[in-house]
Amino acid sequence: MLEHLFPNQLARGVVECLIAALTAIAVIVLARRRAPDLLKEVPLAQLRGLLQIVAVGAILAALLHGPQWTSIFVLVGMVFAAASIVRKRAKQIPGAFALALIAIGVGAGSILAIMTATGVIPLRILVLVPVGSMVIANTMNTQSLFLDRFRGEVLAHVGEIESALALGASPEAAVARYLRAAFRSSLIPAVDNIRSLGIVWIPGIMAGMVLSGASPLFAALYQFVVLSTIFSASALACFVASYLVTKRIFSAHSQLLLRA
Amino acid sequence: MLAIVGPSGAGKSTLLRMINRLDEPTHGAVYFHGEDYRGLSTSTLRRSIGMVMQRAYLFPGTIAENIAFGPQQHGINITAEQIADLLGQVGLEGYAQRDPLTLSGGEAQRVAITRALANQPEVLLLDEPTSALDGVARSEVERLLESLIRERHLTCLWVTHSPEQARTMGDRVLRLDAGHMTAIGAPDKVLGQTSEASRA
Repeated sequence: MLEHLFPNQLARGVVECLIAALTAIAVIVLARRRAPDLLKEVPLAQLRGLLQIVAVGAILAALLHGPQWTSIFVLVGMVFAAASIVRKRAKQIPGAFALALIAIGVGAGSILAIMTATGVIPLRILVLVPVGSMVIANTMNTQSLFLDRFRGEVLAHVGEIESALALGASPEAAVARYLRAAFRSSLIPAVDNIRSLGIVWIPGIMAGMVLSGASPLFAALYQFVVLSTIFSASALACFVASYLVTKRIFSAHSQLLLRA
Repeated sequence: MLAIVGPSGAGKSTLLRMINRLDEPTHGAVYFHGEDYRGLSTSTLRRSIGMVMQRAYLFPGTIAENIAFGPQQHGINITAEQIADLLGQVGLEGYAQRDPLTLSGGEAQRVAITRALANQPEVLLLDEPTSALDGVARSEVERLLESLIRERHLTCLWVTHSPEQARTMGDRVLRLDAGHMTAIGAPDKVLGQTSEASRA
């Protein structure tokens, strides 16, 4: 129907965005008693997300004709933006921005480097930037979940942690069980995504590849590659963050600094 | 046994936390065996100065794992016999494989005391260890601590909000007020005679 009303592709895209955004707002209005804060947060997040993705689309359009290495700068910019978003979810953790920057940079950066070096992800802007952004975005989400859960666990178990410290435990030993809980819970979405692949959902990249003429079988295999890459990057980032976060919430004399 | 008394917010718990170095003094220093404790490693200091908190804060697992935790942090593997012996000393024979969640408040606090003693500390800090317990459990833990401290010749600092408990348990009493020591000495000298204390 929209194709007939809006023959211009760009105009149709804007209208489709409006319909999708209004649907999300309608759902939040419906559920406002459960989460009143989302009434303000969701429209702002939508507006921000829309502006950002349009900007990326414009940058991609401009970069298409430039040298391939420029995609690295785009991805580095995304890592900085991701770290900035994680920082907001990791309130009370000192130095959360630097922590997230290192964790996402090492996690997503090294896994993407391995994938491009082996040729699994071609070093072409049109592939590296979209796939890289998916890896970075999912790593960012996992980081937010990890740090938020870890912070919650620590604040809920200050007595147990200080009891362990009082017995002479190192900070790492005192929070080991809470790091494990945060690590596991933050990776559940990534594991479930792989587990449910093809049964519960057919991800966008596969749909896009099929629509653009690729073999469905190759598209399916590539989708697995992308999701496995996302899992590796997310898990590696959490692994790095688990070492960094322990140093940030304790003093040099093994005193717990993160308290309610 | 030094009992530490004072109103809420006087700094009693903070004093113990500084001695165990869970908190850092903003000024001044703590001396252990005549040496500024900042020269010692925190782990070594905390092994020598045990601490029991207001609540037991037992770790998930078994009672035996809780008791073995402290020595493990210092590279010592405590045997099942040693754990059974320690539990026997606090009247919890046969509790080694129990889940902490199945214990009463008094039993949990006795495990917390055992856990602290498993490190064989020279000094034991007790931060209102009976305040969360009911009357019977409180008396049991008081009697237990009294005998353990005498048997092991432990130096003990017991924070309490109860002048009566300070009088009963303390060889000496230290009174804190707004972060300052206002009196120290024999219980009767610091707390007054029994009738005075009762009126207070």
